[in-house]
Amino acid sequence: MKFTMRVVLGALLGAAFAVGAQAQDTISKIKQKGAIVVGVKNDYKPWGFLDPSGKIVGMEIELAEDVAKKLGVALEMIPVTAANRMEFLNQGRIDLVIATMGDTAERRKVVGMVEPNYYAGATNVLAPKSANLKKWEDLKGRKVCAVQGAYYNRRVGQLYQPDLVVFPAVPDAMNALLGGNCIAFLFDDTLFGSTLASGDAKWANYEMPLVSEDPQLWAMGIRLQDMDGPFGKLMKDMSVDWHKSGRLLALEKKWGIKTSPYLEEQNKKHKGS
Amino acid sequence: MDGFVDFFRWLADAHKIDVSIVYDPLDRRRFLIGLATTVQLSVICIVLSIVIGLAGAWLQGSRSRAVRATIQGFVQFFRNTPPLVQLAFFYFAVSAALPTVTDRFGAQVPLVDNFGWAIISFSLFAGAFNVEIFRSGIEAVPRTTVEAAEALGYSGLQAYIHVILPLAFRVCLPALGNNLVNLLKTTTLAYAIGVPELLYAASQVWSEVLNVREMMVVLLITYVALVAVLVDILRRWEKMLHIPGYNR
Repeated sequence: MKFTMRVVLGALLGAAFAVGAQAQDTISKIKQKGAIVVGVKNDYKPWGFLDPSGKIVGMEIELAEDVAKKLGVALEMIPVTAANRMEFLNQGRIDLVIATMGDTAERRKVVGMVEPNYYAGATNVLAPKSANLKKWEDLKGRKVCAVQGAYYNRRVGQLYQPDLVVFPAVPDAMNALLGGNCIAFLFDDTLFGSTLASGDAKWANYEMPLVSEDPQLWAMGIRLQDMDGPFGKLMKDMSVDWHKSGRLLALEKKWGIKTSPYLEEQNKKHKGS
Repeated sequence: MDGFVDFFRWLADAHKIDVSIVYDPLDRRRFLIGLATTVQLSVICIVLSIVIGLAGAWLQGSRSRAVRATIQGFVQFFRNTPPLVQLAFFYFAVSAALPTVTDRFGAQVPLVDNFGWAIISFSLFAGAFNVEIFRSGIEAVPRTTVEAAEALGYSGLQAYIHVILPLAFRVCLPALGNNLVNLLKTTTLAYAIGVPELLYAASQVWSEVLNVREMMVVLLITYVALVAVLVDILRRWEKMLHIPGYNR
């Protein structure tokens, strides 16, 4: 009995830790399928969100469409979250991540980050005006909503010691904030900017009271072994092109996002070169 | 102990098997808090759900039709809806409708926090099942035994506590055990409303350290161990309650 248990447990552990075999060149695989599968956000207005008809639309969705058009294949989108997008990519379930993903050293060990980065955000909180937050230190010991997998949870958690209540997705955290279950919502200032600018009455008494911290570049994610391959090269070229042609600035305007200094600076830089 | 920690650090560096909860102090703390929260949540819910079950089963035998209908309605509602939906309903809908209280920072906070709602929700959910489980035990007590108790001058409640329940309890212990094991596993749903239990702690770790596979294995092993402890307690309890010669 003991022996059988040991064998079964051993087999289970072995299976769990075994790394799946990786496939060949991604571009030919995509062409063969006739579609590129892109992991996108569907809860992050206006980068990737659901329109009233239930279709996923947004600034990042247009970028994904650009990639599909360039490759001459159909676009298939899979909604991802911060907590599962890198796993989906490495499992081969998606070919590309365009999902407001922050470019960190820790993540670079797991997925390939396409440079130049296509966007940049920073960390802030959304809070009711009545909460009267003045500085980051005010968060100490207070209940603060957050979303699972966000890179700044750890940093803010250690630095300012709020009582973080972390939810699986953005709408859950937003609902908890509206319901008064937490005093503030810790997330990207880019989302808050567009939330507050949307003019929605329910956010009328909310503000982004702190100074944004910890600026972070966003990157498209591809599998590590594609970084030096043709797919990585293609994605890099596309990103350069988006900056150079002003496509990103135009999209930002189209989706009602405040012009980011990062995009202006990159536009100038690539135009000059 | 140091050698143990160093082994896991080496495992992470050399073999990419990253069980960060062993060597990273922050991750370890999170995991231990998660374990403590799961145990706390489970124990409180198990006790409350048994109390709800006992009370509900007794009221089900009430002479008043209104009381019986109320208990029946409660059981139907909590047994026939998914626990995750109940939890979300309490936390997002009911909580917002309740009055708020002032916390020590002077801010308005809800009367019941996420941990409180998890306890309420899971206790009622498992309690509804326990009502039916105890009813099955009560119905297995021979009618003649109850009549004998009545003949000896026991009141309804006295007969319930001293005669019916002790017998019924022994009959339904296996079914009760099943439900309590399920309850322990159901506590993982509290993750959806940000209660820092085991699944929540593990997901915090893996979304930052990116060691999903390792943490999944750790989670499974931890739950197997937790359930094993619960099952062992139930087994001892069953043994303790065993009446020589009864039920053979």
